[in-house]
Amino acid sequence: MAAAAELAFHEFEEATNLLAETPDAVTTRSDQLSPQGGHVTVALGSSVGYRAEDELEEEGDKTALLQEEKPPPGFWTFGYYQSFFDVDTSQVLDRIRGSLMPRPGHNFVRHHLRNRPDLYGSFWICATLAFVLAVTGNLSLVLAQRRDPSIHYSPQFHKVTVAGIAIYCYAWLVPLALWGFLRWRQGVRERVGPYTFLETVSIYGYSLFVFIPTVVLWLIPVPWLQWFFGALALALSASGLVFTLWPVVREDTRLVAVALLSTVVLLHALLATGCKFYFFQPLPAEHLTLPAPATSLSPNILSPATVKV
Amino acid sequence: MKSRIRERDSSTLNESVQNTIMRDLKAVGKKFMHVLYPRKSNTLLRDWDLWGPLILCVTLALMLQRSSLDGEEDGGPQFAEVFVIVWFGAVIITLNSKLLGGNISFFQSLCVLGYCILPLTVAMVICRLVLLTEPGPVNFMIRLFVVTLMFAWSVVASTAFLADSQPPNRKALAVYPVFLFYFVISWMILTFIP
Repeated sequence: MAAAAELAFHEFEEATNLLAETPDAVTTRSDQLSPQGGHVTVALGSSVGYRAEDELEEEGDKTALLQEEKPPPGFWTFGYYQSFFDVDTSQVLDRIRGSLMPRPGHNFVRHHLRNRPDLYGSFWICATLAFVLAVTGNLSLVLAQRRDPSIHYSPQFHKVTVAGIAIYCYAWLVPLALWGFLRWRQGVRERVGPYTFLETVSIYGYSLFVFIPTVVLWLIPVPWLQWFFGALALALSASGLVFTLWPVVREDTRLVAVALLSTVVLLHALLATGCKFYFFQPLPAEHLTLPAPATSLSPNILSPATVKV
Repeated sequence: MKSRIRERDSSTLNESVQNTIMRDLKAVGKKFMHVLYPRKSNTLLRDWDLWGPLILCVTLALMLQRSSLDGEEDGGPQFAEVFVIVWFGAVIITLNSKLLGGNISFFQSLCVLGYCILPLTVAMVICRLVLLTEPGPVNFMIRLFVVTLMFAWSVVASTAFLADSQPPNRKALAVYPVFLFYFVISWMILTFIP
């Protein structure tokens, strides 16, 4: 209470100083000012331009100080989680665009997240990727069946569960491991601090976005094109990760830096190839003249459907 | 005043069971009409109830059951899977909407999302009827057309109720998960084979 009284008194002092400096304000507002006392600053702000900006700025500073005294919401309150979803549509789209076009000096966390990570992108990009993987994997089975009628079509709904678990585990456990490792090595580096856990999760979540159109394009039944799209997506995604992690890691010893970055890229590549092999039905060979040699000629070694046949 | 309230309370207790059931059924039926002809009205939001979504979810899950005698494991969704996807999906979308700062209550949002499954349930009924005929590409085209139409209807109906509760710069963020939710349900309906 003493603090509030002190601030109120301070306001009045400043107001009287400003009144002395701007005589025209005195003549128009003096009758309104004296009974109001504490509301002096607001009246001045409406009349004089430059002075008003100063006053509003100081008012803003004071309110900022007052707000900082409030404790941040605890993790058991709803408001705590609401702070992670404090994004607009334009911001989410901007972050997605940033993840699609990584540039060497362009740190995703500093330029796009601006140190305000959000969970919206990570959560819904992973959900979309899991469902798109399951749906397009099923569509590839349809395309394979049209080419080779001996393959038995089924909706394969369990793949939705598998895809969901795989993508969510990757997008949450790998950032957790990475964040833990960077915190452990924090003692070696002094200048650049590591990213917070949520920033790491955001980086990984947005970097998975490029796989969504790639997975849809994997429906095109041309093998070399599929590998080209996969390599392109992997390059974009992994380079985004590397450019973001490089400023944090370059302070460390060269061995640790190279090992960490190559592990990150390797895990990403494993995810991409694993998804391609598990969810997608390789297309049987086009030229099938006789049914008997067809099953030996077609390269369906990995698919479970033909094992049943 | 107090005695009148007590009178009203005891009157609903003392009425016959048929009256109670008919009143609830009429409320559910009225909401079905609001979903089928989406207008800007507050009926779905004001008097929410979860009977309609429960009936629709159970009907959809039962119709998605296949008579699989060989017990193959990579078949369509099980009853529990459909139930979990519908209810868990609706809860997640509601949480998302509230976290983004929407001013709709939890159960109101569940009510709207559940009731807007009605067009897709109608699509499921039509698909099952169409599948009784000869399978072929025409069969598939009809099913695809019906499911796409009903999917669009569901999304438009639920957006008409839910979009107003969000601030304008976040509407797309709140509507996209609804789109994904109905897309997954439509996919389950389209890939159904008896």
